[in-house]
Amino acid sequence: MDFLGISLPSYSLETVFGSAISGVFLGAIYALVALGLTLIYGVLHIINFAHGTLLMLAMYAVFFLWSVFGVDPYLAMLIVVPGGYLFGYALQRSVIGRTSHGRDEIILLTTLGVSIVLENFALFAFSANERNVQVPYDFDGIDLGVVYIVWPQIAALVGSLLITAALWCFMRFTDTGKAIRAVAKERQGARLMGINVEHIFAVSFGIGTACVAAAASLLAPTYAVFPQVGYLFVLIAFTVVVLGGMGSFVGALVGGLVIGVTEQIGRLYLGESLGLITISAIFILILLFRPTGLFGQRL
Amino acid sequence: MLEVTDVKTGYGHAKVLHGVSLKVREGELVALLGSNGAGKSTLNNNISGIYKPFAGSIRFDGAEIAGTSAEEIVDRGLIQVPEGRRVFPNMSVRENLELGSYRRATPNRARNIDRVVEIFPRLKERFDQYAGTLSGGEQQMLAIGRGLMAEPRLLILDEPSLGLSPLLVEEMFALIQKLRAEGLAIFLVEQNVVQSLEVADRAYVMENGLITVEGPAQDLMHDEELRRSYLGM
Repeated sequence: MDFLGISLPSYSLETVFGSAISGVFLGAIYALVALGLTLIYGVLHIINFAHGTLLMLAMYAVFFLWSVFGVDPYLAMLIVVPGGYLFGYALQRSVIGRTSHGRDEIILLTTLGVSIVLENFALFAFSANERNVQVPYDFDGIDLGVVYIVWPQIAALVGSLLITAALWCFMRFTDTGKAIRAVAKERQGARLMGINVEHIFAVSFGIGTACVAAAASLLAPTYAVFPQVGYLFVLIAFTVVVLGGMGSFVGALVGGLVIGVTEQIGRLYLGESLGLITISAIFILILLFRPTGLFGQRL
Repeated sequence: MLEVTDVKTGYGHAKVLHGVSLKVREGELVALLGSNGAGKSTLNNNISGIYKPFAGSIRFDGAEIAGTSAEEIVDRGLIQVPEGRRVFPNMSVRENLELGSYRRATPNRARNIDRVVEIFPRLKERFDQYAGTLSGGEQQMLAIGRGLMAEPRLLILDEPSLGLSPLLVEEMFALIQKLRAEGLAIFLVEQNVVQSLEVADRAYVMENGLITVEGPAQDLMHDEELRRSYLGM
């Protein structure tokens, strides 16, 4: 097979299908990281540069809960998710909200500053060494014939589906969720209904951080923790958010899966490093036809 | 019920209100008239706690509310239906109404939704449509309906007739009269002088951040000065 003068290896349909399936599982993780990002963007219109750093901190929390207290990484969710919410809420209320004065460019720089501080704190406190959470079921899984899927991958897929569904229901059916959507579009109107806009901002940031903490739990059994680990995911998560449509949860999920599958198939044909080019290619292609992303609202 | 005394306010260095005093009593319909830029909406947003006055006092049911939070003012039952409607465009009519009772009258939500759609049958037809897709008149109905969801004790209506067709303006004033007849105190802020004076008990005229004329609506209707400057008669 030839593509732009590069001759591509030819694979059997099974191999391609196997790659696509493992792409779905990889995409689930991208989607999870992107969920929190898209929520924070959708409501606060903040491009949160600290998102990857928060993921890293949560992964360290999961790691230490496992290594010091022997807590299973999935069980750790019960601690890191509420912890992430509180940390995000406090961070927004005390640092980001207070320094921003409502100006987007300051918020952008503040989140960047927060991420630099936290990352260097992690380097100082935990060193640059990679650490691994080891669980007994690491390599157990099911053989789908074309590809072998381990339980942590399945957990990540199921987890991201459940968390997307839960967030969607929360936004649609609870008063707080509705208030978040109201504040996203009409702050003055929301204030006049007695909605505390500053509180809702912080709640949204808290939920976004809780999402990334859940992602950390689901990632821990398969990925090593180190101070820059956030960048692995967050750059792709930004792509996923834009691809899926800024502020859309379903968009984040579908966008994550699209990117995951594209990446795996790209790697199969173009090799480990050149394969990543397919992410940018599909990104540009989709935005050419749908400038607001797959599920984005019209501008 | 609402007592505004010598309120001075503005934005940064720009002073907008230079000492405004007015009163709304229980069950009264009071109109505040004035042209664009007179400071009417600025006054409303100070009453509703969006901004804090530089000086002066705003009392509601005897309690000082100047400078308290917008939530606390909603809790007390002082509800503003803002100029420009400010409905939530990305949410359905139902959800907009539900958020009207976000802080107040939450347990009576279902009952009050029934009541609002009875007053505005048009909202019933559009119940699951996004508010952003409604016509201007329907959005105004929704904004008022959303305000009523909080079971207001005093309702501030900021330019409810703005941008409506003459027929809808008639409808709007009929509705205001009806709400008033049910005993609701209303502070009506309008540019539509004649129709406002027809429904109001008392009225104030604001010019350049000052109250220049005040009195019973009937008297103002026959005020030569007012007729000349506002009605061109």
